[in-house]
Amino acid sequence: MAWTRKVLRVDLTTGRCQEEPLNMAWASEYLGQRGLASKYLSEEIDPKVEPLSPANKLIMVTGPLTGTMASTAGRYSVVTKSPLTGCIACSNSGGFFGAELKFAGWDMIIFEGKSPRPVYLYIENETAQLLPAEEIWGKSVWDTDEILHKKHQDPLLRIATVGRAAEKGCLFSGIINDLHRAAGRSGVGTVMASKNLKAVAVRGTRGIANLKDPRRFMQVTDAAKQVLAESPVTSEGLPAYGTQVLMNVINEVGAMPTRNYREVQFEGAYKISGEAMHQPRPSDGKPNLVTNAACFGCTIACGRISTIDQKHFSVVNKPRYWHASGGVEYEAAWALGSDLGVDDLDALTYCNFLCNEDGLDPISFGATVAAAMELFENGQLTLEDTGGIDLRFGNAEALVRVAELTARGEGFGLEIGLGSKRLCEKYGHPDLSMTVKGQEFPAYDPRGLQGMGLTYATSNRGACHLRSYTVSSEVLGVPVKTDPLATEGKAAMVKDFQDATAAVDSSGLCVFTTFAWTLENIAPQIDAACAGEWTVEKLLEVGERIWNLERKFNLDAGITAKDDTLPKRILKEAAKTGPAKGKVNELHKMLPEYYQLRGWSADGVPLPETLQRLGL
Amino acid sequence: MKITVKLFATLEKYLPADAGNHQVTLEVPPAASVQTCLDHFQIPEKLRHLVLVNGVYIPPDQRMTTELREGDIVAVWPEIAGG
Repeated sequence: MAWTRKVLRVDLTTGRCQEEPLNMAWASEYLGQRGLASKYLSEEIDPKVEPLSPANKLIMVTGPLTGTMASTAGRYSVVTKSPLTGCIACSNSGGFFGAELKFAGWDMIIFEGKSPRPVYLYIENETAQLLPAEEIWGKSVWDTDEILHKKHQDPLLRIATVGRAAEKGCLFSGIINDLHRAAGRSGVGTVMASKNLKAVAVRGTRGIANLKDPRRFMQVTDAAKQVLAESPVTSEGLPAYGTQVLMNVINEVGAMPTRNYREVQFEGAYKISGEAMHQPRPSDGKPNLVTNAACFGCTIACGRISTIDQKHFSVVNKPRYWHASGGVEYEAAWALGSDLGVDDLDALTYCNFLCNEDGLDPISFGATVAAAMELFENGQLTLEDTGGIDLRFGNAEALVRVAELTARGEGFGLEIGLGSKRLCEKYGHPDLSMTVKGQEFPAYDPRGLQGMGLTYATSNRGACHLRSYTVSSEVLGVPVKTDPLATEGKAAMVKDFQDATAAVDSSGLCVFTTFAWTLENIAPQIDAACAGEWTVEKLLEVGERIWNLERKFNLDAGITAKDDTLPKRILKEAAKTGPAKGKVNELHKMLPEYYQLRGWSADGVPLPETLQRLGL
Repeated sequence: MKITVKLFATLEKYLPADAGNHQVTLEVPPAASVQTCLDHFQIPEKLRHLVLVNGVYIPPDQRMTTELREGDIVAVWPEIAGG
């Protein structure tokens, strides 16, 4: 079975916590996690609902493999309607919280309504209760974590919480679990805070005891772990350098977004790269990287644990930040670094600590500051607007100050908390916002990687690299190398990546396994754990169903084909250097074919026969 | 002629001990091939996964015939990925 078949429904308005059975018919069609919670959300809310109103719901959900012995099986997701984009949001996190929720006996928690006062949810196996949160409201993630651990006298309690930014309405606030793992994108933390829900603390001791075929499950998960152990990507590169191994690669191929996407290569890339994190600092002789780290059950261990030079300007007289904590990964390093023209690794690490400490999505935060810096340099944003902060590109001190203000929801930080789209619209220059559907771009310039342009334009949660990571093929040669500047074949590639990723995101496994595994390695693990027959073909069908369900939600919310586009800069302003010099993204060559392959109309609407085929 | 060679990630150990920032300047004969350059550093064949010249990928079957020019940047990685 693998599913616990139990849903915890929490009515925050009345304070009632109620158990109900999981809809197993839906589980057989949507698997779990992203897919299953998207189905629940689609059935239970009006897609036109105001995201920060009590009528929106927020679902924390595990996959059927979450908590099992499969490698990386510690994932959970948060699904809701995003206040940043107005799209359906699904934000995925690792750490240990997801597995603990499963050990307590729950597949998912559905939060609805709004509490009249701040509360947190405390779960100990089958017992769930809302408790007063006045003492932690207004506290950071780290303080909340410490207070709740002390209060409940349980070091093994796993906590997911929002920080001060979410409470103050920052639209790209995430939910942080286990101090520095994040359901980071699309403002899922903002929705949680809008419901006066500060945290979820869970302790589970029931374990996993309901696999369909335990003996076969042990065999196939063992074999799959061996594949990860024998892959140089998952056994050497990711443990040693983390995702930060990409910094120099993407810069060399000329797809490194720099200074709000004005340029495609950053002169300071090496200084903020994975390789540089290993080098002793000139200032104190210690490297930034202390060790790597793994989430629950992970045999890859790509996480970064870092320190900052205690004499660095950002942390002088701030011993709170002198300890080792969650370090920069590639997306944070790009957004806080090259996109701002900042090459100070200590400053980036400090800002990353702040993002963890108060639950900011570092991608959206950095990209919004980048837009603000361009507005500032253009004279459209003044010192008066910024509260005296000299917001020029390359100014690490300004970055640090803005990060502190945004994390705490103070001063100019409240403006940054609007996100790039609203900020640029407010100051009269929407073209300077590097967003799709209101969500900030991640770390790959679509002029240098044509497939990523289509990926961003069609992502159901706004610009996102994780919905179809064509970088894998266009740059890294996994599974096969393709030309990053070609548009031919990219529509089919994006669709295939989107469908496969939607299935992986619904399983409880980490998508990083797919650098070594294919669905041929994943399907047997799901099949040995879950009732029914789970083949590669079925997983692809489930993935396609999820994609169309999400699309349908967005269409019903009023987000249409006109939103499947890219900023003018990417479509009209050619790259200035590197292999893509002279190129723009040729979305118009890929999008019609993509719609056709999806079985959608020329207006991007799923055709009746497509919906029928997928049972939608 | 002079070229720049960058060996990233776990390939750093194939650079001379005094190389900084994972790169070194190399003197090679005019029209030297990419293959010649990689052989110079004795990088095992299976680790020559991602080979770029000025950011452009050179497939294995073209490394022998692709000639380098003055000022070229050759960058090499083993199999890697991230996200």
